[in-house]
Amino acid sequence: MTAPPLAADPVLAAFAEEVGATDAVAVEGARTRWAVGGAVADGTRLVKAPTGIVRHEAEEMIVCVRAGTPVAELAATLAQRGQRCALPDHGGTVGGAIAAGENDLLVLGCGTLRASVLEVRYVSAEGRLIRGGGPTVKNVTGFDLPRIMVGALGTLGLIAEVILRTNPLPATSLWAMATDADPFAARDALLRPAAVLWDGTHTWVNLEGHAPDVTAQLALLGTVGRFAEVQGPPPLPACRWSLAPGELRHLHAQQLGGFVASVGVGLVHAERPQPSRALPPTVAALSARVKSNFDPTGRLNPGRNPGAR
Amino acid sequence: MKRRFSRQGAGPDVALVADLVAAIGRDRVRNDSAERALLRRDASVFDDGVAGPVCFPGSTADVQAVVRTALRHGRAVVPRGAGTGLAGGAIPLGAPVVVSLTRMNRILDMDNDARVVWVEPGVVNLDLTKHLQPLGFHFAPDPSSQQVCTLGGNVANNSGGPHCLAYGITNAHIIAIEVVLPDGEVALLGGLEAEPPGYDLRGAFVGGEGTLGIATRIAARITPTAPAVRTLLMSFAEVRHAANTVSAVIAAGIVPAAMEVMDQRITQAVENYVHAGYPTDAAAVLLAEVDGLADGVDIDAQAIAQIGREQGATEVRLARDDTERMLLWTGRKTAVGAIAQIAPDYYLHDTVVPRAKLADVLAQTYEIAERHGLIVMNVFHAGDGNLHPLLLFDAREPGVVERVHVAGGEIVKASLDAGGVLSGEHGIGVEKQAYMTLLFTDDDLDHQNRLRKSFDPDCKANPGKVLPSGHSCADIQMLTAVPKGMWV
Repeated sequence: MTAPPLAADPVLAAFAEEVGATDAVAVEGARTRWAVGGAVADGTRLVKAPTGIVRHEAEEMIVCVRAGTPVAELAATLAQRGQRCALPDHGGTVGGAIAAGENDLLVLGCGTLRASVLEVRYVSAEGRLIRGGGPTVKNVTGFDLPRIMVGALGTLGLIAEVILRTNPLPATSLWAMATDADPFAARDALLRPAAVLWDGTHTWVNLEGHAPDVTAQLALLGTVGRFAEVQGPPPLPACRWSLAPGELRHLHAQQLGGFVASVGVGLVHAERPQPSRALPPTVAALSARVKSNFDPTGRLNPGRNPGAR
Repeated sequence: MKRRFSRQGAGPDVALVADLVAAIGRDRVRNDSAERALLRRDASVFDDGVAGPVCFPGSTADVQAVVRTALRHGRAVVPRGAGTGLAGGAIPLGAPVVVSLTRMNRILDMDNDARVVWVEPGVVNLDLTKHLQPLGFHFAPDPSSQQVCTLGGNVANNSGGPHCLAYGITNAHIIAIEVVLPDGEVALLGGLEAEPPGYDLRGAFVGGEGTLGIATRIAARITPTAPAVRTLLMSFAEVRHAANTVSAVIAAGIVPAAMEVMDQRITQAVENYVHAGYPTDAAAVLLAEVDGLADGVDIDAQAIAQIGREQGATEVRLARDDTERMLLWTGRKTAVGAIAQIAPDYYLHDTVVPRAKLADVLAQTYEIAERHGLIVMNVFHAGDGNLHPLLLFDAREPGVVERVHVAGGEIVKASLDAGGVLSGEHGIGVEKQAYMTLLFTDDDLDHQNRLRKSFDPDCKANPGKVLPSGHSCADIQMLTAVPKGMWV
């Protein structure tokens, strides 16, 4: 059996036609990450990806969704059948979340966004519909195009539709906070916290699972500090710093301004932006070859550069 | 004068071998006919490889020197771990330089904050877990070959294993890789930081089957070992009931650490030698494991047992202790070895289907095997929908190998017709190249090749693998030919 061509879907075919094959084009979501990796070059034509949830198969733990769908709409649909996915809801779209590649605050619980993208369907620089990956959780059939599309800021192809892995929503989820706890000790005390956050003074943890397990973990945290249940996480400063988890032990408030760090992850939400880091030369050269092979004329999202974030 | 045995041999490739020796030392290069013959195969049924000189580098610099030397001589390079691959990914085509990473087997630094351990590619999967166990951690991907397979091989194949159901496949457990690229440059792909900038070249490299370069240092995520584990053994009068139980468990919102099914033939073979107490009269047994905290695992284990009974389980047994649990797993993980009691040869397939189609596709495997006069046994990662039909045969029987290939092809097509994929964890190698066009269009394969070409523009890294002829830079027919002046 040959897989049915993507072009047989009129919605995908229309998107491919709109993207075309010649001029500079950028895909516009909700603009929540519009400046990440640089601004789109002036004069670039804007397109929007198709919207809608194609199918949610809870028993297969997958959802097929158009890229222009708001993440909030996807989350609400999944929740109706007791599931969630790894996409963070910043008010943006599914395609935008995947193009940006940022993880959810509860990444330790819901998994990384990169690992959750099972199949991508995108429009190439030549205006062709391309499928990479497959609809099953386990799949090693050929080169891993979904991986290279995640976090690429739409510079290798314009995502039209994806199949994502879904997971059951935890039976219980609660936030607790302490002002006298070592956040690193809190993390080590817990089996699978969904998040451990720290602002230099307060430590927040998110515990999820069966209710008796959550209660037991909260009791265990008593050895680390006086934790009390709170409504939710603290407000997060706007800038994202990507650090190694070990670097969180040596944060400098002068550099960051106010911050909320994700312990065990290395992500820091800070008031000031992270200085841009240059890719090492060999990685930059390899990245340039990827870009020129996928988009020889540089027409896809010109001005955006995933290496300059 | 004492006569010295030359491990470099006196055969072909004299200039190449001399340069390799000069680059990494005499004791790290072999060119004798025994070594070359040994490394022309892997654990698959394919035996038409031709190995060139064999190198055993001890460092990243050695690997780099080997790649650059091979490049100067216009020769391709094929990396190799333990050779347990089942799709022919490590088979050398066209007499390339074979790079065995088995001597790079050190466990390096551990970073507790990042929960990462740096290892060399030759570290054996189970050795890593044994090293981590006293610290309360393990490496989650656990292929059945974990006693011998290496981390480098796991990275190349994006390997799976029973416990990938809850914990994810190898790609989710590798966060950085130092790689010698096919042009000899060294690059660090990915990193320990939360969200490394740039394209996810790390993610693309994992599962590249040695066609994107050679991993020389690997940052592997380590997973805290859960304090509580419950392992259930359920018996069913029909294979279909076991498959339906798997779907029903997932539909109920439970993601067990593992869910494995064995049919009656394989269960009998396993029980004959591990004596784990597997029921030999059941049509199928389902091994389900949940791990976590004490209360939660009991809640989930009870729910799974209830679902099993509703789906017709004739017996539901909870492993009493760790000893019984380990025995049950030993049986499952050595299942393929047990079939030697029944037939001298086997062909192990690897496809994935949607869980809801498991029962139908399983029924088709029995029908297909019977039609071709073969015995099929099924032992598989049911929770992932990852089928492993084993076709048993005796290669001395005239014409049987051809029948096995035809039957295998029909099983693959049945899986794809059910909406599945070609491989869940073994990879494409040379085994499934021809089937790639059943799943992907020319445009799809062209884009896969663009990714490959970005890493290996000159087609010097494990050529002739993964992509079918005509969709890749290498002409596979040319590679199988023996080079001029070659002896084998």
